[in-house]
This record gives sequence, structure tokens and C-alpha cells, in this order.
Amino acid sequence: MSDTAIQVSGLGKAYQIRHEAAGYRTLRDDLVNLLPGRRRTGASRETFWALKDVSFEVKTGEVLGVIGRNGAGKSTLLKILARITKPTAGYADIYGRVGSLLEVGTGFHAELTGRENIFLSGTILGMRRAEIQRRFDEIVAFAEVEQFLDTPVKRYSSGMYMRLAFAVAAHLDPEVLIVDEVLAVGDAAFQKKSLGKMGDVAKSGRTVLFVSHNIQAIRNICHRGLLLDHGEVLVDAPIEETLSRYLDSGISKSLHQVLKSVPRIGGVDARFEEVTISAAGGYGGDPRTGEDLCIETVIRSSASLTGVAVHVVIHDSFGARVIDANSGMVQKFVDLKPDDVVRVSFVLQNLLLRPATYKLELYLGIVHQRDIDHILEAATFEIVPNYNRLLGPFDFPAPYRCEFAVETASVPAAVALG
Amino acid sequence: MTDQLAPPVPPAPARYHIRVKPASRWADLPIRELWQFRDLLVVLTLRDIKLRYKQTVIGILWVVLQPLIAALIFAFVFGRVANLQSGDVPYLAFVFAALLPWNAFSGALQRAGGSLVASAQLISKVYFPRLIIPMAAALGVLVDFAVSLVVMLVILLLSGYGLTLNLLAIPFLLLITLINAVAIGTLISALSVFYRDFTYALPFLIQVWLYASPVVYAADIITGPLRPLYLINPMVGIIAGFRWAFFGGAVFPAGEVVLSAVFGAVALAVSLIVFQRVEQSFADVV
Repeated sequence: MSDTAIQVSGLGKAYQIRHEAAGYRTLRDDLVNLLPGRRRTGASRETFWALKDVSFEVKTGEVLGVIGRNGAGKSTLLKILARITKPTAGYADIYGRVGSLLEVGTGFHAELTGRENIFLSGTILGMRRAEIQRRFDEIVAFAEVEQFLDTPVKRYSSGMYMRLAFAVAAHLDPEVLIVDEVLAVGDAAFQKKSLGKMGDVAKSGRTVLFVSHNIQAIRNICHRGLLLDHGEVLVDAPIEETLSRYLDSGISKSLHQVLKSVPRIGGVDARFEEVTISAAGGYGGDPRTGEDLCIETVIRSSASLTGVAVHVVIHDSFGARVIDANSGMVQKFVDLKPDDVVRVSFVLQNLLLRPATYKLELYLGIVHQRDIDHILEAATFEIVPNYNRLLGPFDFPAPYRCEFAVETASVPAAVALG
Repeated sequence: MTDQLAPPVPPAPARYHIRVKPASRWADLPIRELWQFRDLLVVLTLRDIKLRYKQTVIGILWVVLQPLIAALIFAFVFGRVANLQSGDVPYLAFVFAALLPWNAFSGALQRAGGSLVASAQLISKVYFPRLIIPMAAALGVLVDFAVSLVVMLVILLLSGYGLTLNLLAIPFLLLITLINAVAIGTLISALSVFYRDFTYALPFLIQVWLYASPVVYAADIITGPLRPLYLINPMVGIIAGFRWAFFGGAVFPAGEVVLSAVFGAVALAVSLIVFQRVEQSFADVV
């Protein structure tokens, strides 16, 4: 079969960004703008294209992997194809019943029982009740929750909850399946099981559009790869070619985050302004397991502070702290004067983190005295498998040891940011 | 941006086909899609009903107690203290007959009004006709209505009234009530997505509406030039209809009831038009 399942033509999605000075949208403003002859003032608005002129075609039965770094437009593309949001330009034709899986547990309600949630989530995902009835035993068996069917899911362990939620979604029977990142959750056994199921779906001749940061999963499942960057299609090729272009291109090389509007606690006397996460080894591509990871922060001070410690914490997708690096622990402190801009870099050597998605927390403070700035989620980044290792991506030496080195330097603002 | 909308001929017209395209000012009402998702309407309605009295000790008894206690309070405050007149009908029965449609209306309005914002998580993760959300929220009141109706019939018999053929008007009156509630509730739910102000204003709207409706007093005390304005309130006709169904009386208040139905139909049309137009950007805003 080689007929078209999805035809995307010139698809674009623009978001209006309002600048802080413009404040929130109010009823009054909108009523004023409705008056004839009044045009909305463009001064405070900026158009941001999350997707630009994206065109591609997916044949029936093909499994297309969509890759790209955070913010490349992958999720926007899926949301448009899943009809959650409308495009701003272009169009897409989809032939066949569409099922989308943008999170695990869509529509689940904690107070309801496992049985009730199977029907609830199933119908929300687009199944008919009779269809769920027919596949009910299959779903329950896949999730391994037979004894707890009539227990509210709020009493489930997180593993059971995940399994049940995925089981419902996995038994969706659409002709075109759109899947985002759902395999990034759960324990290793569950990931293996859900990946296996995804593989089966892919082999069953259904058309699948799959976004994931899990390079290994994409490599195993997909036939073709679409590499997005800044909302545009950079590569549309067989999966191996797309992946190698992605890993070597340096597109994913470093993640630079300007910490302007992130939720933070403090940040008055001094604040984190930027953070860059990159592979310290000098090769292109995402940071890899077993090599060095560099986290560089830029701190701006507006007061005189002495003995300030910088603290970076890496959390895994469950929120567990897996790495804690505190400059205070190795007696490295920064002294700050008003208007100082300081770069503090951490190099985490021989990074022993398995390939996955992690979150970075940043903290600035004076030990035992005061907290200055604290950002719980400064950035989300990927660690990818290391194919240079002879023993493959999971070549972990034992015992577990983590080293880090801290360099601090105080430089004037102009030089530092220039 | 290339934006050449030169639509090629779909290659396989026999298959299920959708075209995802930019938001248009006038979208069609997705009747066919609503029908495809009819199971979801049922499942979401049942979800709301199941959830309502989870983890309560007396569970379904609350459905009986809530309107009964409200009626007793009204009977004391307005019947005894303020001494409002209810004609030949005992005041408690008089109030309860009005609370029956009023609670269905205000309950449906309240639940539908906040439903879209409460479902933000769902709206941003999966597609289905969004109209189902306020509709399902409003339909949840049917259980309360059915239980209250039984209570009302008991009160009716205890007050010395018989069950007459007038009761057959109730399904139609209920339908008019629901159409009005769904129409206004859907409109408020859509507007709340953009302006949360509506969420906060809704309880006050409902409170004012209660006193603008003949729940605790008889509709005919409003006379003079205000009367035509008063009749625009669809609850006037509906409550008059319910009282006629239970207590009989001169003639069926056909004029008022038809006015309520017309109000409901117009409100529904306006509400659906607004909803269709703003639905397309829910996921970006909510």
C-alpha cells in the first residue's frame, strides 16, 4: 500500500506574544477593540511562528518519527494534527480515523475506579462503549490490575496507574495514531512493555506519527524521520539518516535558556539570568551518558553579597534528585557587588545518568543564612545514549561515583555578556 | 509564509477524511461529530453524577435533603416571617413546585458555566467536540430533578392534592428549562475561557435571577408597566407551567410558556454561534 494517510501542506502556527508591559487581556480592552474603526495596537504584541511552512506526506502504514530539540515545534505539529489547536496557515488532510495520545491517562479521574476510568478514558480518546466492552478483558490483562478494578485509582501505585492508563490508550484502534512522548514515563519494565506494544502497532500496518526524545525507541520503531528546528522541516529522510544528521548537526548541541519569566522564589538581591546546558566534550549533539556535562549559569547581582554558594540539582522524570552539586560543599563561594554579572560553570565529569529527560533546579544562597534565588524548573534537557562506548549505551562502571569541578570568575557585565 | 490554499483533489474520497485548516469565522455546527461522540456525552454525564456524592456518608440522601431544606428555609423566611401569599396552596408545596425547575435550571447553569475551564487539562490534550463538556455538565441535574420530583409528588399528596393529567406537561416544561440552561451555561462557559470574570459573576447572576423569578412569590404580584419586561425571564413561564401541572388552576399559562421556549431557542442559537466561533482557540487560551 502506498496511498496517502497524511498530507501536510504549508502548515504554520503563529502565537501572539504579549509583552509584560501590555499586561493581561481584559474584557474592557477587548470591548474597546471591538469598536468600529479601532484596530488593536500592534506595539505590545509580537508574532511568534512555532511552525513555519511545514509540508510532508505520510503513506498509509508508514511510521514517521518527529525529532528536534525542545521548542522546535514538534508538539505544536502534533497538536494541530490531533485537532487540539487550529493552524494559522496551510492545511493538512488526514485520511482515516485519527487517535491521539498526547499524555498517559487522558481523562482519568482519581476518584473513580479502574473499571470506570477504562470507560471514561476510552470514550474520551474516541472509542465507542461497545468497542471498550469488547476489548475490556484485553485491556485489564495488559495492565495487570485485575484485583483492583473496583478500587479508586487514587489508591493505585503510580506504576499501576501508568499501566492502566497506557493499556487503555494502547487498545485504541485508529487508522492513524499520533503519539507524543508517552513512553518517557514509568519504570524500565513498563517502558519496555509499552515500547513493545508500540512496535506491534507499528507493524500492524497502521500509520503512526511518533514524537519522542527516546532516540533508541525512534530508531526501533520508525521508518522515516522528520527533523524539525525552529518550526521548520530540516530533514525528511529515512530514519537512520535523520537521526545521524540530528546527532551530528549540533542542532541539539546546547540548550540555552533565558530565565526571564520562570517561576522563582526570591531573585531580588541577585538572580539567575541564563543557563546553558551542553556537552562539555566538544562534540556536537546532546550530552551523552558517560561524558562530561557542562552547566553554565549567568547571575546578575543588585546588592553586595559575600560567600554566595551556587547549587545545581538534576531531577529525573519522577522528580527524584539524582545529582546535587553545591559549590559550597567544595568551599567555592562567589562575592558579588551591585551590577556584577557573574558566570558560574559546573562540569559534571563522566556523567553517569541513563539516557532520559531530566530537569534542572538552580539555587543561590548563603549557607545557613539566607536564600537568594531559587528556580525549581530552570530547564529540561536530554541525555542521549553513547554509541561510542564498546558495550553500548548502558556501559555503567560500578561503584557509582560522581565528580564535579567548579570554576568561578567575576567579570564586568559588558565583557561577560558581550 | 506561503499560504496558497489550492486544495488538491482528495486521493481516496471513500475513506474517512478530515481537513485540518485555519480557524474560520463561521464554522458549521458539528452535528455529525456530536452524534459520533454521543457515548462520550453519556459517559461524562455519568462521571459527574458518580463524582458528586463520592466519599459522603449519606450519599444520594443529599439529593433529597438539599431542595427540601432550601424549601423549608424559604417557607419559614418568606411564608412565615415575611408572610408572602401563596393563594390556596400551602406555602411549602408552593415553593417546592417552583424550586423543582429552578434548581434544575440554576444547577445546570452553574455546572455548565464552569465546565470548560474545569476541563482545561482535557481540552489541551485530546480532541472531541467541545460542546459535549457543557452539555454533559448540565445534564447531570436530571438525577436531582428525578429525585426531587418524587419528593414533590409526596408533598402534593400530603397536602391533599391528587395526581392529575396536568403532570404530563412536566417533560415538555423540563425540556424548555434545560434548553435555556444549556444555552446560557454554554455561552458563559465559552466566555469564561477568555475572561474568568464570568466565573466569579455567575453565582451573583444566579442569585439575582432567583429573586427575579416567581419562586418565593406568585408571578401575578408583578403588574403594571414592568410586567412585559418581567415576562422576558424564561423562568416565569416555566415556573407558572410547573405550578399549573401540580396544582391545576384556571388555564394553562400558554403565552408565558411559549415565550420561555422562544427565549430558549434564541438563546441557544446565539450561544451555539458564539461557541463555534471561539471553540477553535480554546486550547491556545485555556
